Amino acid sequence: MKIRVPMDSAAKALGADAVADAITAQAAARGVEVEIIRNGTRGMLWLEPLVEIDVNGVRMGFGPVAPEDVPALLDGKMNGLGPVEDLPFLANQTRLTFARCGVIDPLNLDDYQHHGGLAGLRRALEMTDEDIVAEVTASGLRGRGGAGFPTGIKWNTVREAEAAQKYIVCNADEGDSGTFADRMIMEGDPFTLIEGMAIAGLGVGATRGYVYLRSEYPDAIRVMRAAVKIAQAKGVLGPDVMGSGRAFDMEIREGAGAYVCGEETSLLNSLEGKRGVVRAKPPLPALEGFLGRPTVVNNVISLATVPVIFEKGAEHHASFGVGKSRGTITLQIAGNVKHGGLYETAFGVTLGGVVNDIGGGTASGRPVKAVQVGGPLGAYMPREKFDAPMGYEEFGAEGGLIGHAGLVVFDDTADMLQMARFAMEFCAVESCGKCTPCRIGAVRGVETIDRIAEGDADAAALLTDLCETMTDGSLCALGGFTPYPVMSALTNFPDDFAHRKEAAE
Amino acid sequence: MQPSAPAPSDPELRALISDHLHLEGPLLPMLHAIQRSFGYIPEAAMPLIADALNITRAELHGVISFYHDFRKAPAGRHIVKICRAEACQAVGGNALAQRTLEKLGVDWHGTTINGAVTVEPVYCLGMCACGPAAMVDDRVVARVDAARMDTLLAEVGA
Repeated sequence: MKIRVPMDSAAKALGADAVADAITAQAAARGVEVEIIRNGTRGMLWLEPLVEIDVNGVRMGFGPVAPEDVPALLDGKMNGLGPVEDLPFLANQTRLTFARCGVIDPLNLDDYQHHGGLAGLRRALEMTDEDIVAEVTASGLRGRGGAGFPTGIKWNTVREAEAAQKYIVCNADEGDSGTFADRMIMEGDPFTLIEGMAIAGLGVGATRGYVYLRSEYPDAIRVMRAAVKIAQAKGVLGPDVMGSGRAFDMEIREGAGAYVCGEETSLLNSLEGKRGVVRAKPPLPALEGFLGRPTVVNNVISLATVPVIFEKGAEHHASFGVGKSRGTITLQIAGNVKHGGLYETAFGVTLGGVVNDIGGGTASGRPVKAVQVGGPLGAYMPREKFDAPMGYEEFGAEGGLIGHAGLVVFDDTADMLQMARFAMEFCAVESCGKCTPCRIGAVRGVETIDRIAEGDADAAALLTDLCETMTDGSLCALGGFTPYPVMSALTNFPDDFAHRKEAAE
Repeated sequence: MQPSAPAPSDPELRALISDHLHLEGPLLPMLHAIQRSFGYIPEAAMPLIADALNITRAELHGVISFYHDFRKAPAGRHIVKICRAEACQAVGGNALAQRTLEKLGVDWHGTTINGAVTVEPVYCLGMCACGPAAMVDDRVVARVDAARMDTLLAEVGA
């Protein structure tokens, strides 16, 4: 009997390890032979721990499973969900980047290859560096970390730079609330990130790579380190990548709890062992990055999408999407939502479609009040903007930021003044201190919002002015974009900023 | 469980430092290794690290104080981190955090009188679809309600 119990940290945080232990114990007690495979998560987090049992080659789902459900599960008396891949949440997705996540054993390189793994790298090894970069450019892939910069153009800058040593740095400092796609793929399909980085290395002439992975993700660190070791032992990484005579090797580096290190230049400083202070650009990291050398800095999802582009071709990837947003968007539906999880689909689905149709509305059953899109630096979108299509430019036109495509749903009990205050407080805690509008402005922002709450009629204008200064006067997105949640809360939910004033009068 | 080794000796510290000297950008891995062994960055490590990397003690202090993870004094026997980020707030994270702090009689970063638990804020554990989330030492827990938190605190002796 083949049974899969996810080892994804969200599944574990909901009790998957105890379920796996109970299956082992109960099976032994019954004299039944079971093979437990710890897969990644399918991304349907309301069903975790989601146990899958092979029945005549079809994976039948059961979830959420508690340890006390295990006897019924093994006796065939537990009500199931049917074939997992027929569940609408999964069946309606277009999985390119996450095709293997939840399907394979994350640390089994053979399993990875049986599902298309390493085909992209094999193809890239037959190509010139110029053709590799051209393939990425043709795919239309844009940085999935938030900025949406065309990946091929970035790679080409590094490719053309001359240096004795170049680097591929993967930004796995996924600190934005509402995002967990990086974590999920690193825990569920780590070889795809390794393969993507190796292809990047071949394309730009870099022989060393680093994954800067946040310390808040101990499970992802463990899985990635184990995967790198396996890849080295099997010759996927090292001085002779898959027998090609070309070198690429990589290392996993642990962050130290600073949110701002998700910004690429402060990440590079941190990787060098310095304070994670933002650097002014230019020089671009592509020319003077890690240790002053040409460096590709890409997000996890960008790099993890590279293998499928090479496996299936640039045109295949570019055939999905809308406008200049090609390929798939890895939506992370989070917060107060009934069906939370990861949903990969072509760009262009509307915000309301994601929240109501895919996410099923709030978990509390109350009306949706606001959705914060794109992390702590993203705007709070009201229901009136539910028709906005999820594409970089399309969503931008509605005053939002897609960012890393995380969506946090709030019901009508949310106090938007408090959310605006929290955005400023968070900026004050996490500011690297380099730019005065961010370092001081965020502190003044908290105070100004408190004045609004106390009924000070002039404070709202002052807050607006302060936000303009932060936007114009900050080097990076922390100070520069904190005004997005603050101002969107103020303009879209004016009642939350007014009622206290009336109460005070 | 946080390590509670006796005062670290110079040879132990030197060994941890030299293990990382071959790396490009060795300081953060070095600090993590030292903190993993002793639970904090002991004062005795400062001149040794500064000397090995040819940086000033002021620069080193600057790096250690920049990052939330590093501490220069021992924490409680266990560290409980509670997520304060937006996705957990959307499902009652604030109330959970407030209740926990009140129950333990500490503020953020505080340690209970019996030395069992230090409570820290954390901004996102990647459990955004199954919050509120917390982390007990290296173990992440999700959908934490008041009862679950009480069980976790009892387990670590708070």
